[in-house]
Amino acid sequence: MSTEFHNLQELRHSVSVATKVFIQRDYSQGTTCRFQTKFPSELDSRIERTLLEDTVKTLNSYYAETEKMGGQSYLEGCLACATAYLIFLCMETRYEKMLKKISGYIQEQNEKIYAPRGLLLTDPIERGMRVIEVSVFEDRGSSGSSHSSSVSSGGSSQR
Amino acid sequence: MSAVMIARKVRKWEKLPGKNTFCCDGRVMMARQKGVFYLTVFLIVGTCSLFFAFECPYLAIHLSPAIPVFAIVLFLFVMALLLRTSFSDPGVLPRALPEEATFIEMEIEAANGNVPAGQRPPPRIRNVQINGQIVKLKYCYTCKIFRPPRASHCSICDNCVDRFDHHCPWVGNCVGKRNYRYFYLFTLSLSLLTIYIFTFAIVHVVMRSVDSGFVKTLQDTPGTVLEVLVCFFTLWSVVGLTGFHSYLISLNQTTNEDIKGSWSGKNRLQNPYSHKNIVKNCCEVLCGPAYPSVLDRRGLTQDDLPVPASTATQSNPVPQTTKTTAPLIPNEHTPDDAKPSIADSAIAHAEKRSPSPKKEIPPTPTKVPPLASPETDVEASVIIAKEKAL
Repeated sequence: MSTEFHNLQELRHSVSVATKVFIQRDYSQGTTCRFQTKFPSELDSRIERTLLEDTVKTLNSYYAETEKMGGQSYLEGCLACATAYLIFLCMETRYEKMLKKISGYIQEQNEKIYAPRGLLLTDPIERGMRVIEVSVFEDRGSSGSSHSSSVSSGGSSQR
Repeated sequence: MSAVMIARKVRKWEKLPGKNTFCCDGRVMMARQKGVFYLTVFLIVGTCSLFFAFECPYLAIHLSPAIPVFAIVLFLFVMALLLRTSFSDPGVLPRALPEEATFIEMEIEAANGNVPAGQRPPPRIRNVQINGQIVKLKYCYTCKIFRPPRASHCSICDNCVDRFDHHCPWVGNCVGKRNYRYFYLFTLSLSLLTIYIFTFAIVHVVMRSVDSGFVKTLQDTPGTVLEVLVCFFTLWSVVGLTGFHSYLISLNQTTNEDIKGSWSGKNRLQNPYSHKNIVKNCCEVLCGPAYPSVLDRRGLTQDDLPVPASTATQSNPVPQTTKTTAPLIPNEHTPDDAKPSIADSAIAHAEKRSPSPKKEIPPTPTKVPPLASPETDVEASVIIAKEKAL
């Protein structure tokens, strides 16, 4: 099996991207932010289906909660309108708070689940909320010592 | 060979493609032509100044001091909403980065299959089902994306805007998802202000004429004539516009959809976004969540890292990078030109690409193309062979 990456730091400094897979938006329920839970076939060998689906479903639930039309959003809207929206200069909106939470969640998922498998999720906000970009990393030889030693020992045994 | 280190903070707004102008270090975002916006500000401020100078002193004494107070509140409300509409990001969708553009290209190629030589490839359309209705998503050749539903490309600003309503020269910006409610409230409050000034200007003239005669009144307060003229013409247009947008909001439609007749009912096409309830539609448009901007105008680009002088001159800003990908995807009018193979173009493009904007990858490895190159294949096969040998 390919080498393991032990943490996100190692991943970022030692490897390069081989390919990127994009999880598209799901518009079946309207224009609210929702991503497709269909598993991309390119990732079959890299990660278990259920892990990625769980991540996407959790993200979808966070976005749905943010964009929900409920008492709290109406209250925020009316209060903001009454102050001619000047209150947004000092206060953080509900959406912004939720985006921070989502960013933290993605970071945590990357550290725990995706980096050890050589993958990296990019926060959709950095791609215009259009796609979830999954970067698939390939080991480039100058990474962890375990890999380079296997190459050199393999090389010496070949001679 | 010594390298001169250049460290300059470059914010992302400086590299954004599109024809917007930015002020206050990226905090303010407007269209390029701002002349009509300045006229709007001048008319509002000028008319209100005349009102405060000529009408208010008389009316405050003879009628009620609440009149100027309410006028000031309304004026501040109108200006705040105008500035918010004009200065905010309407909901611009950033253009696709090269990898995403290539990925979409490959999907389109796969979907179209083999097009016989000499035939036009089919138009780039993706069908999605929204609330049981089939909606066609069009491909944007400038932004290299399939536009989300309700998004449209503004040719004046050269951006795709989400929930695009229209480009308004009076506010000097596009009206889209993020600033539609500010725009609507601006027109509504401006209608109220116009009616208010018009009414009290007439009341003032009538009251004064009773005391001093009509002609003398006009001589004493010449500003009133100007105010009444401006308000009269403004009334018809702004009140009409407010009424039109109130109608659109109640149906949850955009001006763009209304003009194109997207949901007019022909071909059994119904508006899939409407809740079929006026109150719900109004609440969604006016009291929905305040969407954040996805542009990150004030974020720092990778150019803020110290770069050697020799490579600094080679580094191309993102707009140029976007333009170099143009040959990769033919434009709308010549789809039957022979296209270079996607892999070759991707490799050629990646080699031209400047230091990547991605945070985690240092400059050198970006020379490796996103798709597999012959070198990586050879290396990978050697590694696999050696691992098998162990």
